[in-house]
Amino acid sequence: MIRIALLVARKDLRIEMSSRVLTWQVLPFGVMALLLCGLALGPTAAGHSHAAPGLFYIVITLMALLMINRSTAIESNRGTRSSVATLGLDPSGVFLGKAAALVVEMWLASAVLLVGTVLFLHVDRAKTLIALPTIAVAVVGLSLAGTLYGAITSLHSGSATLLPILALPAFAPLLIAGERAYSAVVYGGNLKVWWSLLLVSALAYLISGILLYGVMEES
Amino acid sequence: MRDSVHLLDAVVVANGFPLISGTTLNIEQGTVTVIKGANGAGKTSLLQLIGGLVPLSHGEGVVAGVDLIRQDRRAVRRRVGWLGHEGSFYEDLTVAENLAFACAALSVNPVEIPQVLERVDLLHRIDTRAKDLSAGQRRRVGIAWLLLRRPEIWLMDEPYASIDAQGRAFLEEIIGDASRAGATVLVSSHDELDLGKQKYRTITMAGGRVVKST
Repeated sequence: MIRIALLVARKDLRIEMSSRVLTWQVLPFGVMALLLCGLALGPTAAGHSHAAPGLFYIVITLMALLMINRSTAIESNRGTRSSVATLGLDPSGVFLGKAAALVVEMWLASAVLLVGTVLFLHVDRAKTLIALPTIAVAVVGLSLAGTLYGAITSLHSGSATLLPILALPAFAPLLIAGERAYSAVVYGGNLKVWWSLLLVSALAYLISGILLYGVMEES
Repeated sequence: MRDSVHLLDAVVVANGFPLISGTTLNIEQGTVTVIKGANGAGKTSLLQLIGGLVPLSHGEGVVAGVDLIRQDRRAVRRRVGWLGHEGSFYEDLTVAENLAFACAALSVNPVEIPQVLERVDLLHRIDTRAKDLSAGQRRRVGIAWLLLRRPEIWLMDEPYASIDAQGRAFLEEIIGDASRAGATVLVSSHDELDLGKQKYRTITMAGGRVVKST
């Protein structure tokens, strides 16, 4: 399973490096969205700072949806699906590999967005660094859930529009816990409970994905 | 010679619609079979059933010794190779990267990649991305993928679509070689094959059934 996961993750990252969809399309979209949010809030630095965790998670979710669609589109060509299916890859390994590649891409996207929150929304730099572990775990959870829901929607017509409808409710615990944890670091509050929710949600999606990804692919 | 494919009253239903509706078919190992029929006759669905890519809804089916009803049909997939007319690989990877991925997935030694690419006359495009290749060259990448894998059963879904006479002759040479090496080859096509002295069987499908076999 781990061998297949590494193989699939390397393949997906190589495809991203070749196509540069993340670099030239998704990242600029995220930066522009964050900048527009800052402009919409107006010139008050304090207002920006308080809205920053929520805005960060809204924008990273939109970017995640684009990246998940891209990740599933790689496999959706009918001929590619058939010939890759005949390789008989372990579906759990494929799930972990695709999720791992998405984690790497979303960590990169998060790093760029966090720089944006410091520049455009005036969030304290030191506190942003302290919030990094909670954001890293939230992104892992979003990648795991996104990979699973990407597989569910990939064979349906209109999968690009179906994905947000199905995935956003599933993202809810991760988004709420992630935003609350980020806020707790920046403004103070109970971090422990949100950390727990983040870890439990990510673990639940990890187990669900390993068990169900093959079933989703087959159905 | 033993049968590579045995289907008895095989039915495949998808979304309530019968793609294969009661097909009985036996195909001997090491033979070439051409599947003909109009669009929508069930040619691709039959190949997908044999490749374990769609489930058998009713009837019996044994492919490469694997029972399609009682055993996990994923076991069939590692023993078949698929060549479609749409392209059988990742568009944003180079020829070498696509083949290296297949080799790694199947634990095949990648040292054979240059040799196989020479055979399909694509060594000079080894670092070209698949999406930048012509239709004929893309088909050759698919053939290279099959040559590296050496599957027991070759499933070729309209492999002649949008390739020229030279590409067609090359494909027929490869099919003949694979069959002589003991592989079972099934080709869905609207046209006859030219395999020289080697004989092949033709089956005709209509409405999801085999209506003629010669």
